[in-house]
Amino acid sequence: MATKVIMPKLSPTMEEGQISRWLKKEGDKVSMGEPLAEIDTDKATMEMQALANGVLRKILIGEGQSAPLGQLIAVIGEPNEDISAVLSEAPAAAAAPPKEQEQAKQEQAQPAPQAKAAVASAAPARSRVDNGRQPQAAAAADSGRLIVSPLAARMAAEAGIDLRSLQGSGPGGRIIKKDIEAAISQPQAAPAPQGYPRVIETTRFQQAGATAYRDEAASQIRQTIAKRLVTSLGPVPHFFLTCDIEMDRAAEMRRGINALDPDLKISINDIIIKVAAAALLQHPQVNASFQEKFVRYYEHADIGVAVAIEDGLITPVVRAADQKPLSQIAADVRELAERARSKKLKPEEYTGATFSISNLGMFGIDEFTAVINPPEGAILAIGAMTAKPVVRDNEIVIRQMMRVTMSCDHRIVDGATGAKFLQTFKKILENPLYLVV
Amino acid sequence: MQTLTIREALNQALREELARDETVFLMGEEVAEYDGAYKVTKGLLDEFGSKRVIDTPITELGFAGLGVGAAMAGLRPIVEFMTFNFSILATDQIINSAAKMLYMSGGQFKIPIVFRGPGGSAFQVSSQHSQALESWYAYFPGIKVVMPSTPADAKGLLKSAIRDDDPVVFIEQERMYGNKGDVPDDPDFTIPLGVADVKRAGTDVTIVARSLMVPVALKAAETLAQQGVSCEVVDPRTIRPLDINTIIDSVKKTNRVVIAEESHPHFGVSGEISAQIVEQAFDYLDAPIKRVSGADVPMPYAKNLENLAIPDVNRIVAAVREVAYLD
Repeated sequence: MATKVIMPKLSPTMEEGQISRWLKKEGDKVSMGEPLAEIDTDKATMEMQALANGVLRKILIGEGQSAPLGQLIAVIGEPNEDISAVLSEAPAAAAAPPKEQEQAKQEQAQPAPQAKAAVASAAPARSRVDNGRQPQAAAAADSGRLIVSPLAARMAAEAGIDLRSLQGSGPGGRIIKKDIEAAISQPQAAPAPQGYPRVIETTRFQQAGATAYRDEAASQIRQTIAKRLVTSLGPVPHFFLTCDIEMDRAAEMRRGINALDPDLKISINDIIIKVAAAALLQHPQVNASFQEKFVRYYEHADIGVAVAIEDGLITPVVRAADQKPLSQIAADVRELAERARSKKLKPEEYTGATFSISNLGMFGIDEFTAVINPPEGAILAIGAMTAKPVVRDNEIVIRQMMRVTMSCDHRIVDGATGAKFLQTFKKILENPLYLVV
Repeated sequence: MQTLTIREALNQALREELARDETVFLMGEEVAEYDGAYKVTKGLLDEFGSKRVIDTPITELGFAGLGVGAAMAGLRPIVEFMTFNFSILATDQIINSAAKMLYMSGGQFKIPIVFRGPGGSAFQVSSQHSQALESWYAYFPGIKVVMPSTPADAKGLLKSAIRDDDPVVFIEQERMYGNKGDVPDDPDFTIPLGVADVKRAGTDVTIVARSLMVPVALKAAETLAQQGVSCEVVDPRTIRPLDINTIIDSVKKTNRVVIAEESHPHFGVSGEISAQIVEQAFDYLDAPIKRVSGADVPMPYAKNLENLAIPDVNRIVAAVREVAYLD
């Protein structure tokens, strides 16, 4: 019997996938559980496994092409079987996606609290409590019911693995023990081969007329960034608050701590995270998110830290930064950033921040504005720390200065609210002893 | 250690218990003069005399009732059914009298009786003489049901059954009377009722098998080992009380279960074991529990059909491979 191969849901926010590479060609024998293709999701490159035995009869979506979740992308069947009936569904399936997406968009635009579970996946679970429940909740994925053995479900819950990111190798795609063990030992598919940075070649300019161009398919992560950002700066009414912060004491504290134990390797950014978390607890209105019919206030400060990766950026989350010592924050950030660069973050590690920090100081940027990562209420853009002449007690003195700009969601954070938060942030960062008072 | 057939091991158990306790006596069709239809009682009439080893008329309900009365009066009867097929005639005494007397008499009358004989399939004796009835008896509270699969188990369990103060249905297997195995020499060797035995240790799949299916399951495990699948074969030995803990422990280790039995598939022992596994170890299951049972038809007479009706090595191997997601 011919088996339809459909675009699977490989990450919690995935809406479509791009075939990075077919690992089998038409006519190849395939068996259940064997890797069939590599798929670029919005977050990572994942392997898709065959869910049936037979021969790969037809590939409908070529390499580099994308298909929405659930679309027919290939057919597996017996060598001489008539698959025309299955294939006849293909055009219909291909026509469906824009409509589905439109629908998804509409649903997203009006997520009332009583909204269906399907909508919840558009806004990944926010609190740690929800994150813990995620694997069970996964039983009702968008693309239909997930089939999981009881053992696999329990193992996934214990290991904090999102079942929706897995492909079952059991009959009918059932997720079984083996799949969870594989996911534990190998959290994500191997990262796509990384190119070396190219040396810029300088050639003599000989162009006349309009410049030539080339089109390259946008990677899934690039498309996701694009999609996420226009749901921010467009619909979310941003306003910006900027101030200068004197960093001498913070820098001194950093030197002092690292002198105590060089292994700690505390960075200025780690201190900024800690201070932001402390300030957020004093200003819960900023540690919140606008949810259309209600405003959600978070108990802890889960700080998203923007990390530049090869083909985009991602914001791994330092959980409960308000409760963690600096040493733990530093270790968390190092470890998360490293795995972000190798694309090995688990979905729950880059979703569900309550506030984000983006630091471009290392690029020599003095100040910039950052785009809020919805549904967070604000983001802080950190510029470079540089020695500047400033006036203190009517004297011109040299101080390490840093300019920060906070982008606020005006629907929940008003000017004065944001300003007061920033004031607290500045006060603590200029006098980090407040952290221990 | 001695090597005995199951027939000899049972005979030894009867002899030792008749000698040990003079309240023990044996009755049934052909048990005395003829040495038993299957020679399990061979030599016992000569040794213990006609007061202790008694031939009965062909009246199962009658002599089963006689046994219950004797037990109420303080004796320890062993009632042989030529086969358990004929126990069907005596079920009123077994179920309504033996099983319930202790309860209905407010604890005044215990019934230390053993009903024993071969059950399950025999060779080409067709529908009425080739059937497994353990689920009938195991259904009722007040009765114990024992099914040995080796000579040592047969001897140790029969001795425990005779010494037990509750009625015990002790189901042997006609096809297995000639099976040989090691049996301890110790005359006080017994095996407690209600304790399962892991007949082969393994890590990938648990096969729960009883009676005739134990050697079949062990052969299947051997075949599967060559295919790289490690099977644990658990023999409950006593159906009631069922040692579910040993089965659960095994399932927690292997996460996959096949239950093999020669009885019919529906409403039987495998269904009960499955239910208890799901109740107690649901979160440990990686695959649906798979049952390999006798065909859901009256036992055919024709040799080829009879073979198809009884689970064999191939069917168990296929079931194990299925729950291990190998095919």
